[in-house]
Amino acid sequence: MKTKYFAALALLVAVSSALVVLAAPPAGNGSITGKVTYTGTPPKMKPIDMSKEPSCAKQHASPVMTQNVETGPGNTLEDVVVYISAGAPETSAPSQAVRYDQKGCQYLPHVLAMEANQPLEIYNDDQTSHNIHPLAKTNQEWNKSQPPGTPPIQAKYEKPEFIPVKCNIHPWMHGYFVVLNTSHYSVTGNDGSFSIKDLPAGKYTVTAWQEQYGTQTQDVTLGAGESKSVSFSFKALPY
Amino acid sequence: MGKLFAVVVIVITVISAYFVVVHRWWMPETITAIGARVDHQLNETMLEAGILFVLSQIILGVFAWRFGDTSTPRKIKHFPGGAMPLVIAGIAIVGLEILALSFVGSKVWADMYFVPAPADSLHVDVQAEQFAFYFRYPGPDGQFGSIHPEKINDGNGNYFGLDPANDVSARDDIIVGSLTVPVNKPVLLTLHSKDMIHNFYVPELRLQQDIVPGIEIPVHFTATKTGKFEIVCTQLCGLGHYNMRAYLEVVSQDQYDQWLKSQSQ
Repeated sequence: MKTKYFAALALLVAVSSALVVLAAPPAGNGSITGKVTYTGTPPKMKPIDMSKEPSCAKQHASPVMTQNVETGPGNTLEDVVVYISAGAPETSAPSQAVRYDQKGCQYLPHVLAMEANQPLEIYNDDQTSHNIHPLAKTNQEWNKSQPPGTPPIQAKYEKPEFIPVKCNIHPWMHGYFVVLNTSHYSVTGNDGSFSIKDLPAGKYTVTAWQEQYGTQTQDVTLGAGESKSVSFSFKALPY
Repeated sequence: MGKLFAVVVIVITVISAYFVVVHRWWMPETITAIGARVDHQLNETMLEAGILFVLSQIILGVFAWRFGDTSTPRKIKHFPGGAMPLVIAGIAIVGLEILALSFVGSKVWADMYFVPAPADSLHVDVQAEQFAFYFRYPGPDGQFGSIHPEKINDGNGNYFGLDPANDVSARDDIIVGSLTVPVNKPVLLTLHSKDMIHNFYVPELRLQQDIVPGIEIPVHFTATKTGKFEIVCTQLCGLGHYNMRAYLEVVSQDQYDQWLKSQSQ
């Protein structure tokens, strides 16, 4: 009896793995990596005064700064979304939700990239109410209140769009949803580096988007299993 | 029933008068010279209105006591002395009292709103928006940058709509979320609203002023005591109205100078 049960289970596992393999897009092992930097003088970020919301203010030892241009050592730019804007193999949206947090009256991460139709979960980790308001234009616009301790807000965006996000209660809270029609994207960290993996051979357009400086594109042709390095440089102005 | 009503009316009158007389729920101590005059005016108003209130309730009680329990219901045809003189006397007394209070009170009011701020006032710009206050100091150059509403962007901290790229005087403007002022120094505020009617209210300053979008409203005060006080919005302005507040910090001139220096770095 037990053997029969295991055999059935093994069969089930085998069939489902085969299905997964069949359903998966033609994955490659090429990659595009690189760095995003700036030239010139970026604007000085301003400290945010949260004294009106003591439960948030006490979470920060030093004042939180505005984040419209985030720089790192070596003139790097953080929170730049680098993605394949043309030529990427078609993928269906992952069922794994992306997570967006409201913590210490800040949006974490500041820029959240996701694929169109990918589930989005928005958490309020604070002891105060938030009212998240993504200013969508192509997608449906909405805003929702979220008192402390309430379950995460479930959302989904159907069309690709760069959506500024604000809180209707705390005017300094600001972030971005970057909805893309590809799963091939990367958001730069403090070192400005990005890495787009699992690319089959092909001709691609790579776009880098920064919330204040807009977009830049470059064409890249990848051979099978090839890795290429691409760098982007934005011109920064102090004001 | 009439006698019971009379007793209840008198008891309620005495209890409510008691709480007002002992200042059971009163405003916090004022921190301005004009605040003391506002309090004086408020006390006068409460006293005069209070005397009339107590008198009228006693009259009501007496009438209810005397005429309330008639066994056969009938109309009261005659007030003692007739109704007309009583009505005329009532209107005249209340009317005169309101006129007198307005006349005396208008002096205090005019000193707050019609007398311009002293020339050496510290000038601070105030921007109210859903649901926060922001304050702007002119910075080391002493000049405010001009305001361009279309450039307002909360995301990068440009709450006032400055144009530092083209406007040099805007570059050193200091924008903060709390109002810090030196003690004993006249302060002139220019109130702006980004979106709708808000209110700037500091109970300790006895200063309450609506902020109307599109209108620059000047108010001035001189705080005579140091401390931290709450600035609240008292116009229901939406979902986060309950949370629309900022702090007024009155500090010594030295502390203020240090604070200003640290802000302009």
